[in-house]
Amino acid sequence: MKLSTPLHDTDIAALKAGDVVYISGTIYTGRDAVHKRLVDVLAKGETPPIDFKGQVIYYTGPTPAKEGRPIGSCGPTSAYRMDAYALPLMQAGLKVMIGKGDRSETFIRDMIREKAVYLQAVGGAGALLARTVVKAEIIAYADLGAEAIYRLVVVDFPAIVTYDIHGGNLVKEQVAKYQQISLP
Amino acid sequence: MRNVASTLITRTVKKLAMDANVDIGSSFLDALRQALKEETSKLGKTVLEQIIENDEIARRESEPMCQDTGMVVVFVEVGYTVRLDGDLYDAINEGIRQAYDEGKLRKSITPDPIDRSNTGDNTPAIIHTRLVPGEKIKITLAPKGAGSENMSLVKMLIPSDGLEGIRTLMLHTIFEAGGKPCPPLIIGVGIGGNLEKSALIAKEALMRDIDDVHPDPNIAKLEQAWLDDINKLGVGPMGFGGKTTALAVKIATYPCHIASLPVAINIQCHASRHQSAVI
Repeated sequence: MKLSTPLHDTDIAALKAGDVVYISGTIYTGRDAVHKRLVDVLAKGETPPIDFKGQVIYYTGPTPAKEGRPIGSCGPTSAYRMDAYALPLMQAGLKVMIGKGDRSETFIRDMIREKAVYLQAVGGAGALLARTVVKAEIIAYADLGAEAIYRLVVVDFPAIVTYDIHGGNLVKEQVAKYQQISLP
Repeated sequence: MRNVASTLITRTVKKLAMDANVDIGSSFLDALRQALKEETSKLGKTVLEQIIENDEIARRESEPMCQDTGMVVVFVEVGYTVRLDGDLYDAINEGIRQAYDEGKLRKSITPDPIDRSNTGDNTPAIIHTRLVPGEKIKITLAPKGAGSENMSLVKMLIPSDGLEGIRTLMLHTIFEAGGKPCPPLIIGVGIGGNLEKSALIAKEALMRDIDDVHPDPNIAKLEQAWLDDINKLGVGPMGFGGKTTALAVKIATYPCHIASLPVAINIQCHASRHQSAVI
């Protein structure tokens, strides 16, 4: 399934856990340090450097770009570290978060309520995923280096819908299917 | 006495760090390809295909296979009769500084765990030295990512917990970690010693080649049995379900106190980067 950013509520509602999607358009990067700042900014009622409405945040901190390339290696980082910061961003309009690994039950409840989705890209596939990035520029918090906010233009960035707004949970469904041993 | 220039240490470390970040090695790629053949989950296969393609691109184009180019762990065996003309630790850190700059690798080290700023050059490394007979220096270097390191642990079990207690701890740790440490994994299990020794031997076990067999046949059997158990957990590639949760279990043991059974589970992601050189 192909997706173009920004995303509308109808796009989000159509996504089901397990769907493999290919995203094209503008997405933003952000990880631990950026999230802490964004949440502070929103709490103070100030204007954040991104208008979150319909937007996508990709949890990554890329390696520096080589000569002639827009970006270095840029795979997803573990999403659970952003759980504590996710709600205010979703309340500001954020619709898609891309990372890797499971997230907390609290996050999933908030995500469903705010009608947002969580996708995973393949962790450790940073060189491959970098091939989908055609443009990258730092738009805020440059002092954070690799952790700064980059605006990326991507073409067919591959991701897998992990939690959808209908309660679908890919991880729980799939792991149960393949589990052949009960935990002692 | 053999004189060794510290610049030689620096050059060696630099090369190891740059190579390790871009080249996973043929035996590891073979293990991934074998896993792809055996995996039955459709999503699991998709993930393994992406990982293999990624690692091939990284090798071919000298691109870091993962953007988390790690905190560098270095094991150094220094011969008794080696005389260095400078500080060993400075020489190693200088090699890392140069590799992470020239190799365009990510600088991921914060000098202060509370303040969370960045040293800007990916130093310092975590350096473990051991004096050994001879006149050589052996350096084993591993850029270790945080995703898998964060899922690792040390637990002070007691003797009555026994092997079954260790197995239970390992299976729970891996199951609860799910996709976070980027499976398929290598599992380093350190059994014995004390708190810090168990962690150290678990890390050292991760430096073994993916396809080596433990010289102790009983331990070798245990590694295979535990690997089979782990791959029945269903976690699968990146936690999307499947039979490829780990590619290998590497166990290390050390004598311990009669009252203790320390166990460290050190989890390694599929970007299992380590390289060695002898000077």
